[in-house]
Amino acid sequence: MDFTPTDDRRMLADTLNRFLTDRYDHDTRMKIAGSEIGWSAELWAEMAELGLIGALFAEDEGGFGGHGFDIALIFEGLGRALVVEPFHGALAARALPADQREEVIAGALIPAFAHSEPGTSFAQDRLRTTVTDGKLSGTKVAVAQAEAAHIFIVSAQDSDGPALFMVNAEHANLTAYPLFDGGRGADVTFDDAPATRLSAPLDTVLNRALLALSAEALGIMERCKDTTVDYLKTRRQFGIPLSKFQALQHRAVDMVTEIEQTRSAVINAAHHLGGPGASKYAAAAKYTAAATGRMISEEAIQLHGGIAMTWEYDLAHAAKRLTMTAQIMGDEDVHLRRFPAL
Amino acid sequence: MNLNFTPEQEAFRAEVQEWLADNLSARLADKVRTSKHLTKQDMEEWHAKLNAKGWLANHWPVEHGGPGWDPVQRFIFEHECALAHAPRVVPFGVNMLGPVLLKYGTDEQKAHYLPRILDGTDWWCQGYSEPGAGSDLASLKTAAVREGDHYVVNGQKTWTTLGQHADWIFCLVRTSKEGKPQEGISFLLIDMNTAGIEVRPIYLLDGDHEVNEVWFTDVKVPAENLVGTENMGWTIAKYLLTYERTGIAGVGFSTAALAELKRVVAQTEKADDPLFAARVAKVDIALENMKTTNLRVLAAAAGGGAPGAESSILKVKGTEIRQEINALFLRAMGPQAQPFISEALEDGFNGPETGPDGAAYAAKDYFNNRKLSIFGGSNEIQKNIVSKAMLGM
Ligand SMILES: Cc1cc2nc3c(=O)[nH]c(=O)nc-3n(C[C@H](O)[C@H](O)[C@H](O)COP(=O)(O)OP(=O)(O)OC[C@H]3O[C@@H](n4cnc5c(N)ncnc54)[C@H](O)[C@@H]3O)c2cc1C
Repeated sequence: MDFTPTDDRRMLADTLNRFLTDRYDHDTRMKIAGSEIGWSAELWAEMAELGLIGALFAEDEGGFGGHGFDIALIFEGLGRALVVEPFHGALAARALPADQREEVIAGALIPAFAHSEPGTSFAQDRLRTTVTDGKLSGTKVAVAQAEAAHIFIVSAQDSDGPALFMVNAEHANLTAYPLFDGGRGADVTFDDAPATRLSAPLDTVLNRALLALSAEALGIMERCKDTTVDYLKTRRQFGIPLSKFQALQHRAVDMVTEIEQTRSAVINAAHHLGGPGASKYAAAAKYTAAATGRMISEEAIQLHGGIAMTWEYDLAHAAKRLTMTAQIMGDEDVHLRRFPAL
Repeated sequence: MNLNFTPEQEAFRAEVQEWLADNLSARLADKVRTSKHLTKQDMEEWHAKLNAKGWLANHWPVEHGGPGWDPVQRFIFEHECALAHAPRVVPFGVNMLGPVLLKYGTDEQKAHYLPRILDGTDWWCQGYSEPGAGSDLASLKTAAVREGDHYVVNGQKTWTTLGQHADWIFCLVRTSKEGKPQEGISFLLIDMNTAGIEVRPIYLLDGDHEVNEVWFTDVKVPAENLVGTENMGWTIAKYLLTYERTGIAGVGFSTAALAELKRVVAQTEKADDPLFAARVAKVDIALENMKTTNLRVLAAAAGGGAPGAESSILKVKGTEIRQEINALFLRAMGPQAQPFISEALEDGFNGPETGPDGAAYAAKDYFNNRKLSIFGGSNEIQKNIVSKAMLGM
């Protein structure tokens, strides 16, 4: 057993964190997240250049990472910085043919992953998007950065069951909007769109997505906790720092405890990714991250008091994003119900 | 023991329902139900309706325009208003300043200000909190220095709800640095149009302009705007905190929100989810319990005992229930809580609908109502009060 990251991953983490600290500070993030297009093509290119997309893929996929621990490391960092660029779409590119995947790794081709539907945030067996004779029809909701996408990786049912398909953006009808937690998304309707069936099984891509979202949530939780603890130590009421009130100390300790549990859940899911336990531990991670995420978001706001309710204060945006990571791709109840059968 | 309302109380409920049916416009009720932004005119329109009927200041004495209701009638009234999706009465003039003037104001102050609260001439806001004085309100620093027949006020208030609409602000100000901090505070009425006052918006995390900073630079306030005597502001503030806190549990709001939740959930993936059903059942039970807890506190108050620390229990549990209903509403939307089209919260929005009913405001309501456990004495402060006052700990 060894919980220390490899040298390669330590270097990757350093690169990632240095870049995000230097180039993705909170003000920059807020400008990008609230902009008309809701992401930055310039920073996306730089992140591709640094290998942050390549790290999500194995060598035989054209990348240099691709292990669960690489994915977790990248998304935890992205989470901490509240990055809005289309990494979740890129992650799903594992399902794409090699040529396209390489273009994705280079930052040139942007995919969006379109899975949730009205009334099914996660379910694989209740998809109402269907494919007949190579034509895909259906509606996907809250697709992150859909306007930026050149291609859509879409889950749908054909006569063989649920699978993944590739559709060119020109065949997608978008109702686009800003997202509550920053960046943009769209409801995407396909109407007899020409679709290519992809060979990667749906659940392998879904498990990667669940791991990524859980790790992203973990990064945001750490940020919320750090901000809260710092604030409790500096904010004074009744002549002493808030951190001296035992009622608040215990609440902060509960936050840390649940975050440690979430970190373990993410480690479990990363370890099992690609193996027989992948679905089970991915579900466990998403369950834990969603439940803890809500708690951390609520507690961080409450322990701050009014200031955390304001747009100006960066914690508010972290709390919003954290809550939304719980809402998407199935919340804790969805994955709790899946768990016993996995 | 008998949990039934009396026939008189049921008749009163019917009267309220009938009046609401005739007087609450579908336009306003719909805006409230769907969490649209209420304009100043919307709120004034509703105040005017209530005032015309004599129901606006429903806890004021009859001689000042109150209807002469007992606490149970007020409970029934507020409950029915919430169920009908009536706008909330803006509390600052009617529910906060009114009772203060009735108890501590001079005859002149009562005669001047009270009718203007009722007829909407003056919109009031509350200037208590400061950047350095939140839970520890007594540490407030905004200073009022007496110079002849007026005070000169310098300092800053914050979190001033709807201060952007206000004509007047009632403030706690420091008039003395002697003794304990509580002993040097006064209650002052300040005209927002006085030179030296600047109102700056604070945008909340949902982007809404609901609260403000109010800055005072050498603001001259006539000495007759002092309420009570100098340095008795803390006593007045404490009086207000224990006054009429029986609606604090928000049982009516929760009941209306829970009904809305049950309606909307049928359109979502949570419709057939037993785990979600269990979550709804738990909050439903808590709310049924809270109704009775609330009525028990009311009954004790009607019997002469002023609700003390019990109202802190109502506040903590009542706001937890309201927040849980908001959380379940959000949960039911799944990923469709993510789209946020702020124009969809304005009257007459014709853009695309995304998601089930309620998706447009589920996230905004959930996050905005985090304030319920922070303001009005945070839930932690309420617990401190209960442990001290009820448990002697
Ligand atoms: C939306 C909104 C509207 C508001 N409107 C108004 C208004 O119109 N007028 C007005 O005057 N004010 C208003 N307020 C201010 C409100 O009353 C304060 O936010 C509240 O008093 C808490 O103060 P604070 O935000 O400074 O938090 P702090 O007092 O700094 O508290 C931070 C955290 O520490 C906890 N804490 C503090 N002391 C203790 C203790 N002794 N033991 C345990 N825990 C403790 C608190 O419970 C909280 O969780 C509003 C606030 C909000 C958010």
